[in-house]
Amino acid sequence: MSEQTIDGIIEKYRGQPNSLIHALVEIQHENHWLPRDVMHKVAAALQVPFAQVMQIASFYKAFSLTPKGRHEVHVCTGMTCHLRGAAKLRAKVEELTGLKDGETDADSRFTYETGACLGSCSIGPELIVDGKHYGRMTPEKIEDVLKQYE
Amino acid sequence: MSEMTEIVLTIDGQEIKATAGMTVLQAAQKAGIYIPTLCHHEKLEAFGGCRLCMVEVEARGWTSYVVSCVYPVAKDIVVRTRSAKVDKIRKVLVEELMAHAPDAPELIRLAEEYGADRNRFERDASFCIVCGLCVRYCNEVKQKNAVGFIDNGARREISFIPEVAKDECWDCQECFTICPTSYAQAAYLLTEALAFPGQRKVPIKTTQAPEPTRRVIPIMPVAATT
Amino acid sequence: MPKLQSAAELEKYRAEILARRDPAKPCIAVCVGAACDGMDSAAVAAAFVAEGGKLGDKIEVRTTGCHGYCEKGPNVVVTPGDICYFEVQPTDVPEIIAATLKGEVVERLVYKDPNTGAKAVHMNEVPFYKHQTRLLIGDNPKIDPMRIDDYLAVGGYAALVKALTEMTPEQVLDEVKKANLRGRGGGGFPAGSKWETTRNAPEKTKYVIVNGHEGESAAFMDRAMLTGNPHKILEGLIIGAYAIGAQKGFMYTRHDMPLLEKHVRNALAQAKEYGLLGQNILGSGFDFECELHFDVGIFVSGESSALMRSIEGNAPEPRPKYIRTSVNGIWDKPSNLNNVETWANVPQIISKGAEWFTSIGSEKSKGTKLISLSGNVVNSGVVEVPMGTPLRTLVFDIGGGVRDGKILKAIHFGGAMGGSIPADLIDSPLDFDGMSKLGAPIGAGGLLLMDEDTDMVEVARYLMDFLVNESCGKCVPCREGMQQMLHLLTNITRGEGKPGDLERLEDLIEVTGVASLCALGKTSGDPLKSMFRYFKPEYESRISGGSAGK
Ligand SMILES: Cc1cc2nc3c(=O)[nH]c(=O)nc-3n(C[C@H](O)[C@H](O)[C@H](O)COP(=O)(O)O)c2cc1C
Ligand code: SF4
Ligand code: SF4
Ligand code: FES
Ligand code: FES
Ligand code: FES
Repeated sequence: MSEQTIDGIIEKYRGQPNSLIHALVEIQHENHWLPRDVMHKVAAALQVPFAQVMQIASFYKAFSLTPKGRHEVHVCTGMTCHLRGAAKLRAKVEELTGLKDGETDADSRFTYETGACLGSCSIGPELIVDGKHYGRMTPEKIEDVLKQYE
Repeated sequence: MSEMTEIVLTIDGQEIKATAGMTVLQAAQKAGIYIPTLCHHEKLEAFGGCRLCMVEVEARGWTSYVVSCVYPVAKDIVVRTRSAKVDKIRKVLVEELMAHAPDAPELIRLAEEYGADRNRFERDASFCIVCGLCVRYCNEVKQKNAVGFIDNGARREISFIPEVAKDECWDCQECFTICPTSYAQAAYLLTEALAFPGQRKVPIKTTQAPEPTRRVIPIMPVAATT
Repeated sequence: MPKLQSAAELEKYRAEILARRDPAKPCIAVCVGAACDGMDSAAVAAAFVAEGGKLGDKIEVRTTGCHGYCEKGPNVVVTPGDICYFEVQPTDVPEIIAATLKGEVVERLVYKDPNTGAKAVHMNEVPFYKHQTRLLIGDNPKIDPMRIDDYLAVGGYAALVKALTEMTPEQVLDEVKKANLRGRGGGGFPAGSKWETTRNAPEKTKYVIVNGHEGESAAFMDRAMLTGNPHKILEGLIIGAYAIGAQKGFMYTRHDMPLLEKHVRNALAQAKEYGLLGQNILGSGFDFECELHFDVGIFVSGESSALMRSIEGNAPEPRPKYIRTSVNGIWDKPSNLNNVETWANVPQIISKGAEWFTSIGSEKSKGTKLISLSGNVVNSGVVEVPMGTPLRTLVFDIGGGVRDGKILKAIHFGGAMGGSIPADLIDSPLDFDGMSKLGAPIGAGGLLLMDEDTDMVEVARYLMDFLVNESCGKCVPCREGMQQMLHLLTNITRGEGKPGDLERLEDLIEVTGVASLCALGKTSGDPLKSMFRYFKPEYESRISGGSAGK
């Protein structure tokens, strides 16, 4: 994404320390991660100490401080998915991608994350790739799903 | 409510006069009654994180447990700074903190007072107790924000910001001295070694006097895990 | 659409909407709620639109929020007749359309009892729905959440009209107090008294807030409401603001549900366009604005003071309880926070009255309760039953019992801050106080079944792990206490438990319970407490048996 877009977001909130979270959310949304120099720019423009920007950016799971892969693979580890076999899905994803929770592979194809319930418990256990839900997943089906994402 | 409104309350059986807006801790301290604290510092805004200053409060027939460094004084409340329950709370809290910093002098003293077992819980590699004194001091008093909190939950820790620390810290070092565990200094040195080795800005020496030597607690190694 | 200037204009407009609609015209409602969407109901909806389009104006296709029976998604309901089709695939679409036009039913897609094979065609015959009282969620199949007119067509905003034109704010407050509406977000605190505190606070600027954070694992009813019928919650909020004297509202909800965001944003914009938000609402002189806010992915931001810090733009660190948010909330102004479901109850209380409302439910818990039914249950989904309903009805009549023919071991309520009770308490009624006494407070309404294979130590470990990751980490008893409980539980599940571990856990539960700053820490030991109450032998044998145990 272009530097212009990021600068545009930052400009919108210049001088508004109360909008720190909004600014970070928008940048994360556009850029999928928060580079350190961008956080410095945010700190300067919104007049917030950089330490506070770091605190917020590292506090919430929605922010990423490292670049993400082209595709985000998410295994729900919420209570129902857990009871319905999420651990097996995790093992399979980890085996297929060679990644551990939170990691991105060397060619930036996948970022793998486990995470909280997204409210589709009735079709758990589920795998979510780039926001698309794959319900009633079994370890056997995972390879075919991942193949669709290059 | 005028600022000078006088409030009478009872602490450990003594009748104490306080002014509205004071905390129970301040009222107790004024009367010379000791309550242990770890995250409190008179120059800083109350934080209420360590919970060691918890006391028992009886008001309108209800007993509750509150942190005295935040809880405001109120008319006719009865405060007990020690009780079986208060002591139990402090004992367990100290045991939890000793999983991080078993050799911190303040904790050793508290452990003796409350009969805490330093080996009761599983040891953790970090000896920071996340009291936040360093972070808040740097923010509120020094206004440099060279150190901040990062992450949440059990992963929360303090972190020096190299971009700021490089220029500010060696000339100040004040948080090193208020840190109850000496972790602040260790964390600074680690940040320096990783992010800006040999590039710290040192204070410009004046010709009149030698640089005052600062009180820096030697870094204590973490005792071997039990 | 020009702004509606008065109550009369709104009623006239409603009459026009209804006049344009032909109740005999077939309408196909395709659920695109969270679960059905995960089974690609969007493709089903697209197929209906494409096929239906070929027929000109003969049928209407509507995409809707969650119908309730998520287990059997993608769900389709055909009106007139409320014919329910389950697990519908795009390839089934032509057949459904053809049958619908002929007034017939596609037999192979209707409900079939797994034991008897008996079929159920209409919604009120399907066992999952039959035992429910769907006052709140029942409108979902009738509403395309993107169309305010659909909400108006089912009587939406009539309660607001009544409140603004026939009632004073005091009367509205009084009605809610008389209804004894209790907060649905976890505490069961009477909404009326909370409203009154904020109303009576001297500060003029006041806020009202919808807590739609729903961070609890395996709870999905709030988003089913908010995604499926956003105007109902908004209507409740506006009425509440009128009673409290608030000028501004916030809807605080999840950032990770694109459809929810789209629907709520659209609802706010439409309400504004129609003059239901903004200056001089329906000519009443009452002004009210509402803003949308998102969480950024952490459970503790659902806690009231943390949520308000988050709206201010700060990290969601809770504040001590004796600073009451109803008096010192957002930017230190009086702020009244209620759960999605609490607000959703307000319009019907105003329309139908407190007397009607209190006729439903148990002695001290009135109205219905939305339940997210999941875990090892046959029929998972969003369920709504009167308070006081026996758990047995929920678990067996509605839920269809335990999956894979297994035996029920425990029922868990309230997520990571709730508790588990053994199967033999299945006849207990669903009631705020009763369930709290049993050690499994209803919480927000997440109900999980656990079958005979469930390892109760592992469940406690799992829940603790969740909280350790989701707390803010500010205060020692919560941050360190939970971490130590997690270590101990992990060791026990691995067969590495040591003598003294149960005493350690008990001390940690006790101290974390009294000394933590907010309710997250304070209640973090509750699941474990319930386990010690009902399943202690399981823990003891795991420790004494070491790795050979269990
Ligand atoms: C850690 C934590 C998380 C919470 N999450 C939610 C939530 O997601 N939704 C909610 O309505 N209440 C939640 N609550 C309860 C709120 O603090 C508050 O009591 C509630 O929103 C008040 O609304 P009610 O009175 O209508 O129930 C949470 C509380 C805690 C301690
Ligand atoms: S480094 Fe020291 S002062 Fe800073 S939070 Fe840790 S223990 Fe407290
Ligand atoms: S109890 Fe937990 S979540 Fe609440 S303030 Fe303390 S550390 Fe934060
Ligand atoms: S537990 Fe996985 S979606 Fe709810
Ligand atoms: S001194 Fe009061 S909580 Fe730390
Ligand atoms: S999401 Fe479709 S029925 Fe619940």
